[in-house]
Amino acid sequence: MAQAPALPVGFELPLEPRLPRIGSIDQVALEERAATLAKRSIKREAKIFALELAVRMTDLTTLEGSDTPGKVSALASKAIRPDPADASVPSVAAICVYPNLVPAAVERVRGSSVKVASVATAFPSGQSPLETKLEEVRWVIEHGADEVDMVIDRGAFLAGRYAKVYDEIVRVKEACGETHLKVILETGELGTYDNVRRASLLAIAAGADFIKTSTGKLPSSATLPVALVMLEAIRDVYDETGRRVGFKPAGGIRNAKQAVQHLVLTHETLGADWLTPDLYRFGASSLLNDILMQIRKEKTGRYQSPDYFTID
Amino acid sequence: MSRLPVRKTYKLFIGGDFPRSESGRTYEAEGQNVALASRKDVRDAVRAARSAFPKWAGMTAYNRGQVLYRVAEMMEARRSEFADLCSGPKEVERSIDRFVWYAGWADKLAQVIGSSNPVAGPYFNFTVPEPQGVAGILAPQEPPLAGLVSRIAPALVGGNAVVVVASEPHPLAAIELAEALATADVPGGVVNILTGLREELAPVLASHMDVNALDVSGADGDLAELERLAADNVKRIVRGAADGQSAWEIEPFLELKTVWHPIGV
Amino acid sequence: MTELERKQDQAPIPVGWEYETAPESRDIVTLRERYGHFVGGEWLEPKETYTTISPATEEPLAEVGQATEAEVQLAVQAARDAFENGWSALAGAERAKYLYRIARILQERAREFAVLESLNGGKPIRESRDVDVPLSAAHFFYYAGWADKLEYAFPNRKPKPLGVAGQIIPWNFPLLMLAWKVAPALAAGNTVVLKPAETTPLSALLFCDVLRQAELPAGVVNIITGNGRAGAALVKSDVDKIAFTGSTEVGKAIKRELAGTGKKLTLELGGKAANVIFDDAALDQAVEGIVNGIYFNQGHVCCAGSRLLVQESIYEATIDKLKRRLQTLRVGDPLDKNTDVGAINSQAQLEKIQELVASGEEEGAEIYQPPCRLPEKGYWFVPTVFTNVAQSYRIAQEEIFGPVLSVLTFRTPDEAVEKANNTPYGLSAGVWTEKGSRILAMAQRLRAGVIWANTYNRFDPTSPFGGYKESGFGREGGLHGLAPYLDFE
Repeated sequence: MAQAPALPVGFELPLEPRLPRIGSIDQVALEERAATLAKRSIKREAKIFALELAVRMTDLTTLEGSDTPGKVSALASKAIRPDPADASVPSVAAICVYPNLVPAAVERVRGSSVKVASVATAFPSGQSPLETKLEEVRWVIEHGADEVDMVIDRGAFLAGRYAKVYDEIVRVKEACGETHLKVILETGELGTYDNVRRASLLAIAAGADFIKTSTGKLPSSATLPVALVMLEAIRDVYDETGRRVGFKPAGGIRNAKQAVQHLVLTHETLGADWLTPDLYRFGASSLLNDILMQIRKEKTGRYQSPDYFTID
Repeated sequence: MSRLPVRKTYKLFIGGDFPRSESGRTYEAEGQNVALASRKDVRDAVRAARSAFPKWAGMTAYNRGQVLYRVAEMMEARRSEFADLCSGPKEVERSIDRFVWYAGWADKLAQVIGSSNPVAGPYFNFTVPEPQGVAGILAPQEPPLAGLVSRIAPALVGGNAVVVVASEPHPLAAIELAEALATADVPGGVVNILTGLREELAPVLASHMDVNALDVSGADGDLAELERLAADNVKRIVRGAADGQSAWEIEPFLELKTVWHPIGV
Repeated sequence: MTELERKQDQAPIPVGWEYETAPESRDIVTLRERYGHFVGGEWLEPKETYTTISPATEEPLAEVGQATEAEVQLAVQAARDAFENGWSALAGAERAKYLYRIARILQERAREFAVLESLNGGKPIRESRDVDVPLSAAHFFYYAGWADKLEYAFPNRKPKPLGVAGQIIPWNFPLLMLAWKVAPALAAGNTVVLKPAETTPLSALLFCDVLRQAELPAGVVNIITGNGRAGAALVKSDVDKIAFTGSTEVGKAIKRELAGTGKKLTLELGGKAANVIFDDAALDQAVEGIVNGIYFNQGHVCCAGSRLLVQESIYEATIDKLKRRLQTLRVGDPLDKNTDVGAINSQAQLEKIQELVASGEEEGAEIYQPPCRLPEKGYWFVPTVFTNVAQSYRIAQEEIFGPVLSVLTFRTPDEAVEKANNTPYGLSAGVWTEKGSRILAMAQRLRAGVIWANTYNRFDPTSPFGGYKESGFGREGGLHGLAPYLDFE
């Protein structure tokens, strides 16, 4: 039937009520729309509003092999009080770390509003047995993580084994219980926007609280067109089911201008309701300082130097 | 005693049939009584052309070329009949060769007149010629056969259906051609030939709202009035050679269609 | 956690996000109080004048000339003299260099032209900045290259210029239409007399300063301003060709006027384009295409996708998405960089739109307009969608030339083609489907000069543009856009 074109095998998902169609994406028109929205001119109060919001939405991230409890502790300080010189700058939403660093992170943010998110499920590749992945998820939750950022099995997805990808997310969500689950699609490996849309709907159908673009380990990550595809998928699900799924662009967002562009995209696709840390996060590390510099520039009217902002 | 020849009744050619004028009128030309077409005959001819147009335009260019070549074959078989009805064998040969020449253009037009356009963006963009639809043609009064062929062949090769008003003083060659067309594989209605008074028929054709182009190459009299009438539905006005051939005689009967499509994965 | 940290933590999350105004500065444009006609490289003091305004504020911008018959004749004579005294004999390569100069100067002064275009015409600065002005420069750049290559364009023909071309352009894309007309005319070796639209003369008048900077010989381009009277005088004058873009009604009148004169004519007239959405289309992008198709430039676009044909099986999904998208359209100050829909070009056009919209409601169509605060002064119309439209309604038949979409449905491809082609017009059409073979079949069957498949309202100097049937004849753009300005031996 024409209403559900290119519906891949294994894609009959128990999304209730079911989306009437998967749909497809035209690359050129999508990229043009994203480019048009990126040209919105956001100035003065509107800019400060967006920048402070972006701070509140940030999952301040460190995902390095060299991470230590000391590094995480410094990151947590930054998360709670991003700009020691300006008390009006709010805390970030969460810090995002590797499983081993969860206990240290939990310890340091205790009592603040900053949450601890942990990547899991054999981040970043996702190439481990399911049981290992579930074990990892259970472990980080036991150790106090508030949020879990899982990766999907891109190998299975690209091989057309959608049911496997779906089942894994369902199992991880079960393991999470009440813990917030963000599902990383790693869009840079999916090859087409059609796949980004499919993977988004698949993850949502399987129970994702958030869908997230990338691991940050690839050169191609949270581009504006990719974000637009995912936001539209979230919107379609909301229209059809009333369910609100969050969005987290991560990787490649390094400056305030990009963050504002992402917020414009969200504002004009999903509306103001999604402009809250409950439904929107930026996965970033160096982004925060650029935002702080821009906030101070807006407040003082002077261009800033990185020397005046702490690197944690 | 010599045998009394059987004479032909000269009729119109509409929708592949040979009807008399619905008005029942005739006029005398070249020593024969010839059908004197009326306004309503123009109406019927345009209707026939309109309904024949999609099939003719929808044929492959290869096929249309073969049909037009077939017309030349049918004309060749009637060389002596044609010769009696025009200036002689030379005009007949020229006319037949002209059909052959135009037949060959059918599947080359798009390559010469179309284009691929390198737009500044991720789009594939091309322009192709298409027929305009129904062309009204006022055939030149002279030469009777070559003039007619010079005007209808370029219109036909591009995929148009035509309604022709034949030479008023020399209509017999046109009716002879109609008989050749009827035995070639030209679908009924693609060519419709009317004989009669130019003054009576031309304004009807010029003002007809379902005619897309008006070829005035053979027009005489009040050309300005015809063009004014043609303005009501923005008809294309074609002015071409009364006895000549060129790809640029085809082009005025064509529209250009440009198609855009994004290039993406 | 420290005390400081705790304080910070309790700051409330603000809600709602209003973009601040982001107006482009007007300072870059310097207007004179009064403009004459540009004839023979000099300003001709006009006998009569009128006031040109900003449609967004109704504020007067300048006094401009209302050309009389005598003034039109002076302009034509100046063009004739320039044609005979040098321009027609100038080597193509030299003509090309003048055109390249014009293209470059337009690029250099792009901001100035964009602001002026939005000021005088009411279109959003986003469009004049990103579409009108860059495309205008691109047209000059493209045709510049043809000037010394004309003999390659038409096999087996010897091209030569026509002489003086009279050009009459509309108010929807003032500078771009000037470029569409002037660039190929000059490349082909003609001289021109151009009349911009009554309501939008200023960018053409500023263009005269570009000609000065380019040192184009006097009289090669002459610009006269005024209303339809000036246009009629130009049509009747001793020009060799008329190129007109505007309404079908005026186009027919011009065609009647030129009947029997043998003068060359090209017409780019109205349209009532169908934008056909199949149920397998990439829907979010199709919705963007619908929006771009009808609300681009306030719908003041002859090729606007004003008739939306949606396959019944996705009708509701499409309309829901469309309505939601309309709510994000920002209507207002044309000079604000965030404005999506600007001002209606004139009082007269606003009244025409209002009249047709009223007819749509009377005939029984269902109207939707997003909540929208319009400025108090100026001419404005809220982006509008009509659903439950029958093919017979006036809003489905007549060109509204405003931000008003009529939605119809279809069930099969045959029905879509039949409805799409059921119009005296044939300028453009859109088709949205993910199925390749269907795109080509539809492109073949839709009777229109431009088919946008999975896109809409795209323009390029290399791409021929023009209509079938009552949408006019002749092509502008591309190789085919040269022919209307050439004679062949």
